[in-house]
Amino acid sequence: MTDQDILALFTKIIRDLLSDESITLTMRTKREEVPNWDSMNYINFIAAVEIELGVKFRVADIESFEDVGAIVAQTSAMLR
Amino acid sequence: MPQSPTLMDWLPTLSDFRGNLRAALAISDSGNRLEKLANIAQHRLGFLETIQLDQAVSRLGALEIPGFSTVRLAILASSTVDHLVPAIRVACLRRGLVVDVHVGAYGQHRQDLLNPASALHQFRPQAILLSLTAREAIAGVPIMATVAEVDQAIDRQVDELRNLWRKARETFKATVVQQTFLDAADPVFGSYDRLVPAAPSRLIARLNDRMSQAAASESVLLLDVARASERNGVDAWFDRGRWFQAKMEVSPPAAPLYGDLAARVLAAQRGLSKKCLVLDLDNTLWGGVIGDDGLEGIVLGQGSALGEAHLAFQRYALQLKARGVILAVCSKNDSATAEAVFENHPEMVLKRTDIAAFIANWHDKAENLKTIATRLNIGLDSLVFVDDNPVERARVRESLPMVAVPELPEDAARFVPCLADAGYFEAISFTVEDSQRAAQYAANAEREDLLGSSESVDDFLRGLEMSVSFGPIGTLDLVRATQLINKTNQFNPTTRRYTGDELAALAAAPENVTLQFRLLDRFSDNGLVSAMILRPDPGEPEVLEIDTWVMSCRVFGRDLEREAMNVAVEAASHRGVRSFRASYIPTKKNGVISNLYPSLGFARVEQSVPTDGATRWYLKLADYEYRSTHIARISK
Repeated sequence: MTDQDILALFTKIIRDLLSDESITLTMRTKREEVPNWDSMNYINFIAAVEIELGVKFRVADIESFEDVGAIVAQTSAMLR
Repeated sequence: MPQSPTLMDWLPTLSDFRGNLRAALAISDSGNRLEKLANIAQHRLGFLETIQLDQAVSRLGALEIPGFSTVRLAILASSTVDHLVPAIRVACLRRGLVVDVHVGAYGQHRQDLLNPASALHQFRPQAILLSLTAREAIAGVPIMATVAEVDQAIDRQVDELRNLWRKARETFKATVVQQTFLDAADPVFGSYDRLVPAAPSRLIARLNDRMSQAAASESVLLLDVARASERNGVDAWFDRGRWFQAKMEVSPPAAPLYGDLAARVLAAQRGLSKKCLVLDLDNTLWGGVIGDDGLEGIVLGQGSALGEAHLAFQRYALQLKARGVILAVCSKNDSATAEAVFENHPEMVLKRTDIAAFIANWHDKAENLKTIATRLNIGLDSLVFVDDNPVERARVRESLPMVAVPELPEDAARFVPCLADAGYFEAISFTVEDSQRAAQYAANAEREDLLGSSESVDDFLRGLEMSVSFGPIGTLDLVRATQLINKTNQFNPTTRRYTGDELAALAAAPENVTLQFRLLDRFSDNGLVSAMILRPDPGEPEVLEIDTWVMSCRVFGRDLEREAMNVAVEAASHRGVRSFRASYIPTKKNGVISNLYPSLGFARVEQSVPTDGATRWYLKLADYEYRSTHIARISK
């Protein structure tokens, strides 16, 4: 999976999660910029990514992601 | 996107979730849309799909739709449970329940219950689920504590729970469901933990034991996540990361299963559990095909792993029968060939007499399932159909969506856990009556035979030698009467539902007249098969309104409604009541009694305002002509 594939998957997941087809994530998107992407839906998002890709984030990672690009990078590293 | 992993592999997969969801959302009629969404809910859904489906349901808003019951459920928790709500609602929808959920403030269950100004009080829950973690319960018990000190600490916890349960019931008349404590504790000593009374795992086990005993004595229902997590492994249920991040005790991937477990209990409480296990024969009860392989050729019993696997499945079916599940057979075979296996194969655990309805022929299985339901006099939605053949399963699901059809694994060794984990036959009580139920239903089939040999209906009814016993709805009748009121869709002119506690209150109110009827015949005691609730109009105490009247479909066509009305008129006349009022509110399922009240001599009341096809009826008791029936009365 390329980083762009992962980003596209993230967009799909967040659209499904928030029932909002207008969302398109970029590498620079921050969570606060996406309506309704609150802390509960952040955990739900992380859980959905873990389920879809069979990966597992460390607690330290989850607290430190600055933007979507950081999550993509970490996901990509775990998939390698 | 790949199918999300799920623990619920008895549900069939849905190849195009998005397409189906879109198709459902395009339906404008809310009833049809909900039915389509409920159909999607019959499939194996991942965490994310469950959320999407739930959002689609939520968009319909609060509504009353025929065929679906509504429940207001409050969850009071000491961990984060918001991510479980969609799963609970979807799993309830799978069972025809539309659930409105209120989640109490995190860790505030005591305050919520005790404070009359809390949001919980405004919500007026009909069911309350207490989901508490073991952490706070066992905190503070030192590792050196003796058995007596441990018991004291645990009894204190259980006493507090008991007070909360009582408060919940007194305040809301709600059904209380207590979740067992999930054991996510790690070993401290290793194997020696089991010998240390205050080792965390021992404390939790003891707490669950004592709490369950208390729950049984308080009629509190259990949601046993402790047992479920033992089956799937605690790591499938508890994710340490999610706990540290968000105080989730149940991990998101386990949410759909958690929702299903909760829905089973709520559905069981409303009498919606399945009643009958319908079994295919070839490659289901035994290995091979009896028509091709012959009695010596089929694989069953000791000496072959496959034979033992099929034997284990038969044993499990027999266990279910012993607790009151009706067994039936539906097989594509020559009847004589199929029955011969039951009579002559030495390894068969199931005997022909264990099977209440036995159908082996070459007809379509969906048609045969209808025949089985008719012969046993139960609804199609009470059937679970087990067949190893995916084509037959798909065919039945397609034409009879109300029949539960587990996605049986290919390996016969996994048949039992598949059926067991699906939880179709969830119970909230176990009585002597339950264990005798299988025999009662076998008697239904005998009755059908009598009908076949009778010259006329009158002849048949006389031949049944029926008698009825009746009385007010008493404490001992509550469980069954509640089940009947919540389960009955056909003989139900008003389709009002009451919880056990609500019914107890109605029965205890001196101004009301409640009646329950038990019907016996020469084949069996049918048990409590009809219930009636009559309530006075506040302004006119001499007029009683038939608030609720239900009758089991098992006894349709036996004139019981006529005898019941005779009894009701007598009971009311004794109290000085002058007349009855009644409503018939049509639904998709109660058309069978559209003529009930006129047939009993009620006169139609013309209404100036039409109300959704509902009709109002009136009976002056002095004018009532007693109905003749073939039912004798047993005086108490």
